[in-house]
Amino acid sequence: MPENNTGIRFDHKIILDWVAKGSRVLDLGCGDGVLLELLIKNRDCHGTGVEINEKAIYACMEKGLTVSHIDIDTGLADYSNKRFDYVILNESLQEVLQPRTVILEALRVGKKVIVGIPNFCHVRARLQLFFQGRVPVTKELPYEWYDTPNLRFLSLKDFRYFCRNNSIKILGEVGISDSKRVAFRPNLFAHTGLYLLEK
Amino acid sequence: MQIVETRYHTFAEPPHELKLKSGVILGPITLAYETYGTLNKDKSNAIMVFHSLTGDAHAAFFHKGEEKPGWWDSMIGPGKGFDTDKYFVICSNVIGGCKGSTGPASVNPKTGKPFGLSFPFVTIDDMVAAQRHLIDHLGIKKLLCVSGGSMGGLQALIWATQYPEYVQSVIAIATNTRHTAQQIALHEVARQAIMGDPDWQGGDYYGKSIPARGLALARMIGHITYMSDKSMDEKFGRKLIAKERLGYDFSHDFEVENYLKYRSGNFVQRFDANSYLYILKSLDYFDMASEGKLTDVFARARAHFLVISFTSDWLYPSYQSKEMVRALKANDLDVSDIEINSSYGHDAFLVEVEGQTKLISHFLTRMQKGVSHAGK
Repeated sequence: MPENNTGIRFDHKIILDWVAKGSRVLDLGCGDGVLLELLIKNRDCHGTGVEINEKAIYACMEKGLTVSHIDIDTGLADYSNKRFDYVILNESLQEVLQPRTVILEALRVGKKVIVGIPNFCHVRARLQLFFQGRVPVTKELPYEWYDTPNLRFLSLKDFRYFCRNNSIKILGEVGISDSKRVAFRPNLFAHTGLYLLEK
Repeated sequence: MQIVETRYHTFAEPPHELKLKSGVILGPITLAYETYGTLNKDKSNAIMVFHSLTGDAHAAFFHKGEEKPGWWDSMIGPGKGFDTDKYFVICSNVIGGCKGSTGPASVNPKTGKPFGLSFPFVTIDDMVAAQRHLIDHLGIKKLLCVSGGSMGGLQALIWATQYPEYVQSVIAIATNTRHTAQQIALHEVARQAIMGDPDWQGGDYYGKSIPARGLALARMIGHITYMSDKSMDEKFGRKLIAKERLGYDFSHDFEVENYLKYRSGNFVQRFDANSYLYILKSLDYFDMASEGKLTDVFARARAHFLVISFTSDWLYPSYQSKEMVRALKANDLDVSDIEINSSYGHDAFLVEVEGQTKLISHFLTRMQKGVSHAGK
């Protein structure tokens, strides 16, 4: 996702706005720890990352972060109930094997959960599917079917249905496209959706 | 080339002997130790590192006139993982050892003869209890970090749970919280190799011929367990020793045979067979959860943790490190962990220098800043 002029990614800005100062945060799929570092520096958070990529672990350690080298699907069972104020699953949910279990587990160990998902039903994807008769490959969803890390393909609408069916409260939803908020028909025009959840 | 000299600290003079976990008392006790770097004014930059089964106090730098540096010189020194420009690093030989600390080869002051098998059984807890005397002697109230690989890691974990007030952080490498049946079995084979050597003489061989064949065999077994299938194949393959074809006799054909013979031959010259027996036993007895749940044991710990394991290590497999991490997390402790992809087997903890240097130096920088992002 492109950065805006303050150097902070737009989705990270929204997350920084949602997370209360001094919170305890678990970032699932924290990558090289950019968001976690922001949460610590800008919001005085106590943060832990979970990441499966070995190289990313070194990057996190270099930033002085606490990070656990484990996959998200099994990594949550270690933590006690409501251990964290926020559990973050930004751009990682579509890559887990058991998304439902992971979200419910995240809601067990965290008081609130922040989820960021790519929207596989963006208008451009829909047009490709309709006119070309091919599974969409776009700037935001750049992978071919044979080399994608994504295991789950969903839209913002799918995610809302999922939350309703699992009695998860959506406290906030932001559709994002090109570092801007998409207020009008986000399921059609947003590339990604950010959710603030509670159970 | 930085020169270091081994120093000695003697304590537990009667009647103030150390009471061992077995209930037996031992004293006086001498610990051989070395230090690297400079202890700062407020004594807040001290790090204690612990050696593994056959290591000693000589962890880094050079002894005068010697060509080989200490066993962890790749990690300890100026600009290295344990940066001696910043930290004061201490390493001591364990009790039960044979490199200057009190052990079965030491002279029993009561009889004027070497202890041999009259030396009391020591546990990892006892080794650590003795180290605490050394740290008190050095006037250090809090260790910035305790760290070690393999058996060294066990000592670090005991420090963190027995003396939590002394320990700010732990780096536990290729280690575990309890020894498994497989590990005990491998140790028993090694012990039988030594005790089956006629020269062993019930442990009373000092001043006579040493049980060299038995000790060499024990060491060979050890060496095999420190490597992986892949690392052995890469190092030796099926290469023959100065031969065009197989000999069709029982002389050595393969390089790997020569390697084991060479390494174990060196080893018997520098290590005491009884120490090997005693230390192996201390490993077998190691089970942090023997009196309860592992989670409860770590409830006493206050330290920040870095836990490192290696994918091809089958002697201290990474699932054991993961068990440890789970118990630490269950106690809301600050723990970072990594399973490093390596083909070197258990040896990886000494060989994989680059990755560990990064991890350890960054972790220690955070510890020295005293910043806890994930703290309790």
